[in-house]
Amino acid sequence: MAVHAELSSTPNVVVMTDLSKPSSDRVKEFMNGLEAAEFDETAFTTPKPLSDSTVAILTSAALHHPEQAQFDPRDTSFRQIEAGRRDFKLGHWSQDVDQVGFAIDYNVVFPIDRLDELAEQGVIGAVSDVHLAYAGNQFEVSGVRMDSGPEGAKVLLDAGVDVVVLTPV
Amino acid sequence: MSTLAHVLEEAGLATITLGIVRGQLESTAPPRGLFVDFPLGRPLGKPGDADFQHRVLAAGFAMLERTEPGIEVFDEAIPDEGGLMACPIPPRDDSDVHPAVAEARGLRPAYDRAIARYGERIGAFRVVGPDDIPAAIGTFAAVAGGAAWKEAGIPGIPARVVQDIRGYYEAAALSLSDHVPAAFEATRWFQHETEAGKAILDARKQMEAQGAKQGLWQYLVSGAAAD
Repeated sequence: MAVHAELSSTPNVVVMTDLSKPSSDRVKEFMNGLEAAEFDETAFTTPKPLSDSTVAILTSAALHHPEQAQFDPRDTSFRQIEAGRRDFKLGHWSQDVDQVGFAIDYNVVFPIDRLDELAEQGVIGAVSDVHLAYAGNQFEVSGVRMDSGPEGAKVLLDAGVDVVVLTPV
Repeated sequence: MSTLAHVLEEAGLATITLGIVRGQLESTAPPRGLFVDFPLGRPLGKPGDADFQHRVLAAGFAMLERTEPGIEVFDEAIPDEGGLMACPIPPRDDSDVHPAVAEARGLRPAYDRAIARYGERIGAFRVVGPDDIPAAIGTFAAVAGGAAWKEAGIPGIPARVVQDIRGYYEAAALSLSDHVPAAFEATRWFQHETEAGKAILDARKQMEAQGAKQGLWQYLVSGAAAD
């Protein structure tokens, strides 16, 4: 074991980590220990059957269409992603995220083609016309919790969404 | 991410949250959390493998049958093997410029081919476009050579500029390799094998030595590809 400060994505944090492990695993170990939002109670919605449900994706990859504003590093707002388009950019700011997988196949982050296939097969009822993208890597989530999160929920409810698949990066 | 799951569920939406960082998933405890032990950046696991991606989604959708909140673990992990992408770098412009600048110029055709094939999903679009990438690299090379970082002409917040440089190189790498790279293979190549990556690492050391705030130099590299 050794002190290895350079891996930290947070300034002024020193991490004790096992340097024999791949560096990406050490980053995940560091992230394991980050303080996270906690909820006293867990809301739980029982959905209707999946084959009758409209499904949306919500990703924290900071995806955006070319004409939409990029995400700032501490941006807690969201962008609406249109189901019929495939021209999205990966705007996440963290250096600790693999980008090449998304470049080759966006479904590895945003599985929109997979949802289309499931809808064709009747496994899910429908694919939502609108999906949401936020910027992950946030250390202050009160804005998401109190403002942009509920606003995003309303967008999805207005679009008739029943089930949301949340994908990080 | 898991915070949003709580918010959506409170609003009446059923959620399935994929989580790559187990500790974060367990701490925030979303209503239905599926831990996927995959590399950061690949929550569906394998690019170009629709069957695998469907398996992940099926495991998530199966959690809709739960009657109470909980976290489950996907049954296959994808470890980071620590590989390094093998990219033959095209011949450089032989003009009298820093090797990293010449290297970046030489990579432009590969970058353009990648964007034409895959679209501009990654690449140079945050602060610096592809035309200006060589000059941006030149500013970091100057810092690496001892120039004051504040006076080197870095065209934006250093970490943001580096994101574009990295995106430029990693996109170009896709045209220089004949296989789907494992996670961080391309990043390791950029960071450790290219003249640009070496210049940025050296500039980072110089910025630290020059007393720049830690937040300004720290993010110039990917910790996930640190070695």
